[in-house]
Amino acid sequence: MNHHDPNQKTQCSTCTCGLCCTKIKNFGVIRGKTEILKDVNLHIHCGDLTAIIGPNGAGKSTLLKAILGEVPHSGELIFLSGKNETSGRPLIGYVPQKLDFDYSSPVSVLDFFAAAKSRVPVWFTHSKNTRNRAIESLAKVQAEHLLNRRLGALSGGELQRVLLALALDPIPDLLLLDEPVSGIDQNGLKMFYKTVSELRENFDLSVILVSHDLPLVAQFADRVVFLNNNTVECCGTSEAVFSDEKVIDVFGFDLAKGLADKRGGKLND
Amino acid sequence: MIDFIQSIFQYAFMRNALIGILLITPVFGILGTMIVNNKMAFFSDALGHSALTGIAIGVLFGIKTPIWSMLIFSILLAIAIIVVKNANTASTDTIIGVFSSTAVALGIVILSYNGGFNKNMVYLIGDFLSINLTDLIMLGVVFIIVLVLWVFIFNKLLLVSINQSLAGSRGINVRLYEYTFTLIMAVIVTISIQWVGILVISSMLILPAASARNIAKNIRQYHIYSVAIAVISGFCGLVLSYFLGSATGATVVLISASFFAATFFLKLKSL
Repeated sequence: MNHHDPNQKTQCSTCTCGLCCTKIKNFGVIRGKTEILKDVNLHIHCGDLTAIIGPNGAGKSTLLKAILGEVPHSGELIFLSGKNETSGRPLIGYVPQKLDFDYSSPVSVLDFFAAAKSRVPVWFTHSKNTRNRAIESLAKVQAEHLLNRRLGALSGGELQRVLLALALDPIPDLLLLDEPVSGIDQNGLKMFYKTVSELRENFDLSVILVSHDLPLVAQFADRVVFLNNNTVECCGTSEAVFSDEKVIDVFGFDLAKGLADKRGGKLND
Repeated sequence: MIDFIQSIFQYAFMRNALIGILLITPVFGILGTMIVNNKMAFFSDALGHSALTGIAIGVLFGIKTPIWSMLIFSILLAIAIIVVKNANTASTDTIIGVFSSTAVALGIVILSYNGGFNKNMVYLIGDFLSINLTDLIMLGVVFIIVLVLWVFIFNKLLLVSINQSLAGSRGINVRLYEYTFTLIMAVIVTISIQWVGILVISSMLILPAASARNIAKNIRQYHIYSVAIAVISGFCGLVLSYFLGSATGATVVLISASFFAATFFLKLKSL
């Protein structure tokens, strides 16, 4: 991997698992005359949970949108299947931060799934097949009881699990998660990380998670990418990243250092 | 009531008005569900206002039935609003406000040039009794087109309305569906404006859906209630306006408004 930033401390290792991986090569985004992202190189192995952290305005959501193909970008997104054959764009599952529509809207969770999965118009009827498939998907995230609830009436944590369930059908090559800044209690968030962590192991998913919760990142992420000043300033294990000067500069010494220690403690338990 | 039924058999214009209302109100009910979901109430208002400019341009070029100039102008305005909106420079309601007021002002200036605005007053309040056989055929065709489109595009539209990035990640061409829906709206608003009236067109679109969402729990109920409220309001509004001698469009809107009030209280009670 070539990193353009000479100050790069921890480099992402090359793919050694022999399985699939996703490569983000030289991503750059320019909007108008402003460079929002430059020289972003990431290598994501399947089964890895990669957390993206960084201050507001560092370009985290722009990176997700570029990966989704929604924002024009330079560079390449390559997905290598098991035998290291390029299979073009990866199949992406996306969990957005929030919904765009009016939360009082009478859209049930089943309606939401059917709209995404079925050709039968949602206003007409739901086929038994669609219903069963939705229940199956929801069961993966322990949310089958939410099937007939209104999407807008769900709590932050419940909504996140429903969105995750949809993102997992079909099982994607790459799972993109944009974690809400607020609205989810600590328990819900921890449960969500646990679920994602388990799913990643069961389905060999590559996961990219934009996160705001450093303690949970330290606990669950296999790799942490620190995005700052519109590029990847540091990337590696959470211990390495949280002891990096630049990260400490942004998040504060106590927070970053304390986290790494806490993680060590947890692992020893 | 017997009076009304007699007049239906007696006068062709009453018959046409009734059939027209039964064809156009379900379309309003259906489209309204998505307009309200997408928070496009103000947008539909702007489309209605643009009709005034369309009429004015028609007059300027000496077109007798300004429907074509209205259609072209409202479609152009709809596209312009979306293009500017997607450029993300100002909030949507500001952009719509700018376009809407500009369109109205332009229309009024052209129409009132030399002081002849009064003859265009009919467009402001609309006239359901002016529906003729050709209009009915057009309404019938539009009714079928909207229904067929709704079968094929609704699921995608719904997903786009829930989250655009999510819809995009599932292979949906977000812009295509955004434009398709807006064009349908522009066409429906424009062709019905001469009967409904510029002043109340957006209420006709919004109120049935807004009432329905007070009591609906899923998309199916949302559609059933919205269409039912739209059709019942349309029918009762026509009957009432017949006895009161009032403008039909506005009368229909008042009945829809009472549905909104009723469902709103039902919702409060259930909370």
